[in-house]
Amino acid sequence: MTATETAPQDRVDGSTPLMTLAAVSQVFDTKAGPIRAVDKIDLSVNPGEVLCLVGESGSGKTTAARMAAGLARPTDGKVEFAGNDIWSMNRHDFGSFRRSVQYVHQDPYASLNPTRTIQQTITAPLLKHGVVKGNKAAADKAAELLTKVDLTPPENYLPKFPHQLSGGQRQRVAVARALTLDPKLIIADESTSMLDVSIRISVLAMLGRLRDDLGVGFLFITHDLAIAKYFGWHGKTAVMYLGRIVEFGPTPKIINAPTHPYTRALIDAIPEPDPDLTKTKGRQSLRSLEIPSLAHLPSGCSFHPRCPLFEDGLCDGEVPELVEIRSGQSAACHVVARDGAGEVRPDEPVA
Amino acid sequence: MTEATIPVTAIGTTGVSRFAGILKSLRRSPAGFIGFVLVALLVLISAIGPFFTPDVAPNVKEILLPAGTPGHLLGTDNEGKDVLIQMISGGRTVIFVGFVAAAISTTIAIVLGSLAAYLGGWVDSVVVTLADVFLTVPQIVLLAVLGAFFKLDSPVLLALLVGGLSWPVLTRAVRAQVFSLKEREFVEAARLLDLGTPRVVFVEILPNMASFILMNFMIGVTNAIYQLVGLYLLGLAPLTGSNWGIMLNRAWIAGAIFNDNSLAWILSPIVAIILLLLGLVMMTRSLEEILNPRLRDR
Repeated sequence: MTATETAPQDRVDGSTPLMTLAAVSQVFDTKAGPIRAVDKIDLSVNPGEVLCLVGESGSGKTTAARMAAGLARPTDGKVEFAGNDIWSMNRHDFGSFRRSVQYVHQDPYASLNPTRTIQQTITAPLLKHGVVKGNKAAADKAAELLTKVDLTPPENYLPKFPHQLSGGQRQRVAVARALTLDPKLIIADESTSMLDVSIRISVLAMLGRLRDDLGVGFLFITHDLAIAKYFGWHGKTAVMYLGRIVEFGPTPKIINAPTHPYTRALIDAIPEPDPDLTKTKGRQSLRSLEIPSLAHLPSGCSFHPRCPLFEDGLCDGEVPELVEIRSGQSAACHVVARDGAGEVRPDEPVA
Repeated sequence: MTEATIPVTAIGTTGVSRFAGILKSLRRSPAGFIGFVLVALLVLISAIGPFFTPDVAPNVKEILLPAGTPGHLLGTDNEGKDVLIQMISGGRTVIFVGFVAAAISTTIAIVLGSLAAYLGGWVDSVVVTLADVFLTVPQIVLLAVLGAFFKLDSPVLLALLVGGLSWPVLTRAVRAQVFSLKEREFVEAARLLDLGTPRVVFVEILPNMASFILMNFMIGVTNAIYQLVGLYLLGLAPLTGSNWGIMLNRAWIAGAIFNDNSLAWILSPIVAIILLLLGLVMMTRSLEEILNPRLRDR
């Protein structure tokens, strides 16, 4: 770390969450009226922890991630880094927040500058912030970072331009670039979704190694529960639906014992490799397959037009709060909050 | 760049291979190559030609000789001065003013246009308003008025004037390009790495529009040359010294188009200007390949 970086992250310890989103909303004004892309969500990531944010397209995952990265300013609520509101920080503190939180974009074809070589891309932040001195030291550090993301031998990759690399290699370069300034938190926004399945698992394994070896916190965004399960098993998972968090808890509980009907539907939608199992698998049916428009959200619980547990008069009235259903696991559902989650489903044991 | 044997820090090696790459790209497009050769030849002749030609002096015995006369390949003008020698020495000012004026206007356009788009807000409003004001001023008329009040005899002054007036169109084009480029993810990544505004704009964004800028620079050169020659043809700049514009003016005033013998006199500067501009326009074709790393090593 450089001498210029001081304040906020030095105060990070086990008790203060690294990153907190407190009642954060993002409302976009469009011709069709205001769109509540993210509606009063609360999230926190502790140092070295993995938080998976799961949801379908349009659920507000990326908007939430961009607010956490300080790329978009929330229209309401606070984004705090190490306990400090990032939008009331002075220039210097905001700069060190910027460098502590890095982002790995979804599309490795768009996130690397096509006119710069890999060496130029990786050494730029190193030299700018004085992590190393001189071109030789920067090149060595860049080679070290490339080795860390399994691009070996690094000399083969440093002089290349992005268009000379494959998607998986580019995504590794993007991760190496994110690591240049020793971040405390990496926001991975669908970072593996554009990769080939065979490449995906090795990139995920590489990310997992970084998580374990470097103690970097992850805000891991995905639409794929299987990836959340693989990457965030020891962390927590938040399930988003139409801009709200509908269920939150430790990943094993979310995967094995979901309580919210939407999470259940997501888990049920995962195809089983065994056709017989698929046929006999207890599957709750949704009342509608249509996803409501964000511009015209249903009243009350926004999932009620599709929910199998829908009760007239209860679900379409008030927006349900996120309440604890089991220890550490909370859901935003009127019916589940009243009746409890019921018995754990017999086909899958609780981890 | 395939093997690990290429040392990462050997800037000399990459510099040489880069230069070889540029030559290779130039040869690839025949039109671009011809353009490059044309421009190089004309610039070379204009730059060093005057050192090898005798001074022209008026000679009443050799007035209006036709082209092909021994000793006067392109004939002589109405003062008996050799046309070929005037041609050779007349390119300097035109080419100098063209390139310097284009460099001035392109630089202004790049800085103002990209900062306006990247920073937005009041910077953008000020730049756009300023560009609009300059756009509404008819340039040739303004130059005519200025020519009436000031002595526009220095090439540097002419270049400053032409360049200082022709930046608004490119500024708006650059602004539009940066608007789209600044939303790209690699720019976002650079911002997240806190690389600083000047670096993000001039190192990350601008190289991505290098071929666009260079082509506009070439167009700027041609426009500046047109303006300069137009200024001379209309007699709005002092007719001291000799250049293609002044030759054209004098031939025109002397009624050279009505005399068969003086056809070469009036056509020579026109042909020289056309060849130069044609060369510049054709050259831009190759420049795209040189500046785009995707096309460079194919």
